[in-house]
Amino acid sequence: MAEFTMPSLGADMDEGTLLEWLVGPGDLVHRGDPVAVVETAKSTIEVECFETGTMTELLVEPGTTVPVGTPLALIGVPAKKPEPPEGGEKPHTTREPRKARQPEGPGETERAAKRRAAPRTQRKGEPAKPPSPPPEPATVPVPVLTTVRQGVHTEAGPLVRHLAEQRGVDLETLHGSGPGGRVTRTDVEEAVAARPPRLRVTPLARRLAAETGVDLATVKGTGKDSAIRAADVRRAAHGPATEIPSAKIGTPTVRPSGERPSVDRGAAMRQAIAGLMSRANRDIPHYYLSTTVDMAAAMDWLHEHNRRSPVGERLLPAALLLKAAALAARDVPELNGSWTDDHFTAGEGVHLGVAVSLRGGGLVAPALHHADTLALPQLMTALKDLVTRARTGRLRGSEVSDATITVTNLGDQGVEAVFGVIYPPQVALVGFGRVVDRPCAVAGLLGVRPVVTSTLSADHRATDGAVGARYLTAVTRLLQNPEQL
Amino acid sequence: MGDGERPEAAKTTYREAMREALRDALRSDDRVFLMGEDVGRYGGCFGVSLGLLEEFGAERVRDTPLSESAFVGAGIGAALAGLRPVVEIMTVNFSLLALDQILNNAATLLHMSGGQLAVPLVIRMTTGAGRQLAAQHSHSLEGWYAHIPGIRVLAPATLEDARHMLAPALADPDPVLIFEHGSLYNVSGELLPASAPLDLDHAAIRRPGTDISLITYGGSLPKTLAAADELAAAGISAEVIDLRTLRPFDARTVAASVARTHRAAVVDEAWRTGSFAAEVSARIAEESFYELDAPVERVCSAEVPMPYARQLEEAALPQTADIVAAAHRAVD
Amino acid sequence: MSLARPTRMRKDPAPQKPGKRSATSKKTTNKKKTRIGHRADLLESMMRIRRFEERCVELYSATKIRGFVHLYIGEEAVAVGVNEALTHEDAVVATYREHGHALARGITAEAVMAEMYGRTTGCSGGRGGSMHLFDASRRFYGGNAIVAGGLPLAAGLALADRMRGQDRVTCCFFGDGAFAEGEFHETANLAALWRLPLLLVCENNLYAMGTALERHEAQTDLAMRAASYGMVAWAVDGMDVEAVEQTARRAAEAVRAGAGPHFLELRTYRFRAHSMYDPDRYRDKAEVERWKDRDPINRLIDRMREDGDPVDETLAGIERRVAAEVDHAVEAAEQAPEEPVEHLLHHVTSTPSEVS
Repeated sequence: MAEFTMPSLGADMDEGTLLEWLVGPGDLVHRGDPVAVVETAKSTIEVECFETGTMTELLVEPGTTVPVGTPLALIGVPAKKPEPPEGGEKPHTTREPRKARQPEGPGETERAAKRRAAPRTQRKGEPAKPPSPPPEPATVPVPVLTTVRQGVHTEAGPLVRHLAEQRGVDLETLHGSGPGGRVTRTDVEEAVAARPPRLRVTPLARRLAAETGVDLATVKGTGKDSAIRAADVRRAAHGPATEIPSAKIGTPTVRPSGERPSVDRGAAMRQAIAGLMSRANRDIPHYYLSTTVDMAAAMDWLHEHNRRSPVGERLLPAALLLKAAALAARDVPELNGSWTDDHFTAGEGVHLGVAVSLRGGGLVAPALHHADTLALPQLMTALKDLVTRARTGRLRGSEVSDATITVTNLGDQGVEAVFGVIYPPQVALVGFGRVVDRPCAVAGLLGVRPVVTSTLSADHRATDGAVGARYLTAVTRLLQNPEQL
Repeated sequence: MGDGERPEAAKTTYREAMREALRDALRSDDRVFLMGEDVGRYGGCFGVSLGLLEEFGAERVRDTPLSESAFVGAGIGAALAGLRPVVEIMTVNFSLLALDQILNNAATLLHMSGGQLAVPLVIRMTTGAGRQLAAQHSHSLEGWYAHIPGIRVLAPATLEDARHMLAPALADPDPVLIFEHGSLYNVSGELLPASAPLDLDHAAIRRPGTDISLITYGGSLPKTLAAADELAAAGISAEVIDLRTLRPFDARTVAASVARTHRAAVVDEAWRTGSFAAEVSARIAEESFYELDAPVERVCSAEVPMPYARQLEEAALPQTADIVAAAHRAVD
Repeated sequence: MSLARPTRMRKDPAPQKPGKRSATSKKTTNKKKTRIGHRADLLESMMRIRRFEERCVELYSATKIRGFVHLYIGEEAVAVGVNEALTHEDAVVATYREHGHALARGITAEAVMAEMYGRTTGCSGGRGGSMHLFDASRRFYGGNAIVAGGLPLAAGLALADRMRGQDRVTCCFFGDGAFAEGEFHETANLAALWRLPLLLVCENNLYAMGTALERHEAQTDLAMRAASYGMVAWAVDGMDVEAVEQTARRAAEAVRAGAGPHFLELRTYRFRAHSMYDPDRYRDKAEVERWKDRDPINRLIDRMREDGDPVDETLAGIERRVAAEVDHAVEAAEQAPEEPVEHLLHHVTSTPSEVS
């Protein structure tokens, strides 16, 4: 019998709330299947299980908040692994809540290896013993998070949840008027009535917005029923921050008054980010490097490629930058991995975290797995999908926790260079600014070329400047040969 | 099928162009003959075959009894036997009596016989409304026929197409239906000699534009062009596409146009529900979804049997003003 | 384009048997022996149809043949007798009950069986099935599932012959049910009006599917009614193959000579239900038995025996050959290939076109 426990989905996560079961007792599950929806301070995530077997018993009710590591369900696994010699009987009853996970059997994924690398210990089959306390930094503002969330945390029965989901209402935004703060059907229906209509966007406008990175929530539509049309998007793309405020990180979205926005949730996220960033900045000795990359070859190639390609296959400059960042991380593996327990563990594969700003304010950096192996069109598709799911709160657990190096690209916000804070336990953060035309010397003459500023924030415990420089040199080199990306 | 003996009249009408096409066909191929109600002595209900009986004789220009099923079926049989009949069904309204022969025989024999029996038959029909002919004489059913695999459906809307679509239709080894809108017969204009053999596979861009694609065929073409003129005065550049062939229809030209203009309106005199415009609209949605900056508009007849009274018929049919309004809805 | 001209009388009305046949006719100068040989041929043709149809019953019940199957058992004399009057260049249009007509015309049992199995070796490539047997090389134009649907088609084939001055006959088979359809009347009128070389053969088996003749026709004398269109019309005993042949020859000769369309009403009966799905509730079992007493095959055998023809020996040979043919047909059909699904859109138009 295997246990499915509350996973850790981030270095700063101590507990999570089980929102929903996606399977029931008796269902067959496979390793990698999403089985539950868990809410953390930062987002709602579908969590996958790592066993193949039959879901035998659900141990935790939806709506319950438990510490990371708490068994949530039991999965009946066909016995194929030999019992560890020191083990007695297999554990088959609920144990006291632990912040621990059992090791995988043979053929475990690097994901599991990472989990093991995290500071948790337990051995399957061992008689119960008090778990070793997790070496959490004592300064994580856990009480603050909990307090905030308790005020907003929603209790709602399954029917109401279903209704809310159908109507696209975020339960977190509601104050329940039922007993004990429970959200009732009326609450949901009132919210539906009160909120602004779903964004009406023409297919062309949507496509253009995706291509140019314009956030549709910030665009004013001039079509019928305020539908957003292509011209509106083009205006938004070419004129940054003039009539249309663009969503920059940390700016709460402007909404009409009388609205019940996700302010509360936004605040909670801000707190979490604040905590993480503070911790990172405090604990990680950063060093910073920057370089200017000549993008003429890359942009020419991109232009040609897009000209010849059908709309669905066109690439954004971001795709080239991300691929270069991933390939460079493969070339310089010292920057690709995690720092824990005073040592560096190289990542098994380049899982490129991509910083995505969220509409309600806030930031997540989910991973593009094995980004170095993705062909550009695949990477483009994966990126779009990831961003969409990040913004709609449907990320998978593995995406949230698996990044081995992160890229932040603020080019579409008009910023030329960004020096960011590393996401622990990673050891590097790569930044790209906007591709701009700049005068520069070309073969001894004054010319104008498109360039981008590429930066690296790195953990000085893991690497030093020479390594970082090698990385940026690799990025530069890769972007001179775009056809090989 | 240009004819060296007789020079093309520079100024001509749609009717005359169609007659000339028939004359050409009868003259150049012994196997061709015309068969239908009143095509001989009467000269054709719409005057298309006037003079042909005198020129070619009763064997080649055959008046039939009022037996649509029999003479359409006879056309099929004659085609099977190697002749090249042109069957004229007076109007599409009466074609319903021959629907079984057209669908279950003409369109289907090739397939049922496993490829053995092709039916090189041409059927011409007058179609459409607008002359207060009331409910039973005003149908536009070419969309129904365009539904059927195995037949080609043509809608010549210009003098050039009236003159030059018949020859490739006769050369087609499979059945071809030609729909002639009643309001077009009197349209007159200049007809240039054909510079190249006419192809039946492509739609024609009758007027290029950048802001919206107006897609139509047959009798609705003149109104659509008039609408484009009006729209131009209002600063909207409309591209007008004449489909020319409804089955198989040239979806590629339509898609290319929508990729340029990002808006489309389909003009079709049939009733809106289940019309051919619905097919075009669906294809645009399937193939050009990500190009669309507005919903696809349809300008069709109102869902009512055609009334007799003039103002009611006018209101029921798609008019230039309706096309202009649809374009504005899409563009503004 | 030449106009129709009077056709010459055929001097030698000897029928050309279409399709490959083993030499069964005895080539003697003796008229009696010719008659014996001819009767044996007629018998073999009818037996072939009978045994084939009986096999279809089995195969349908075993779900090897699907869809609709309309059996010809009891009516064999019509197809066989009329076919004797036709040449290889004449055209035949039939109905959905056309297995007998196809076999009589010379389409092999193998090709028909394979068609019902839906295989590519079928006479319609597997695309048609039981109701749509076609063979362009034998001028066999189906195989039509719409009652009276073939009549206008036949008129057109005849029209082409008339316009080209060819002395060919188009023979159109249809049932008493078709007599009610407008298409029959339109076609009869048009054929008479234009003097088309059309032989209209009405197989009156007294039932239009489940509705008896007197319940669907106000005036049941079909030959008389056909005559009213201005064409020669005869009623014939459809259970007597030699009578059918004689009448058909006379009619075909006349048609070929330019006398205009002829109508034959063949009074016959189907021993089985309308189709394999039909429970045959609308017929009196006694009536069926009465007609079975007039089985055309037995009739011919009896007559041959009366006249001292070596029937039993002939019959034994026939049964053997026919059984082998049918067995072979089934075996071949069982093993014949099916058309690949990738070819689905073939045969919609003559040239592969990009259909919208």
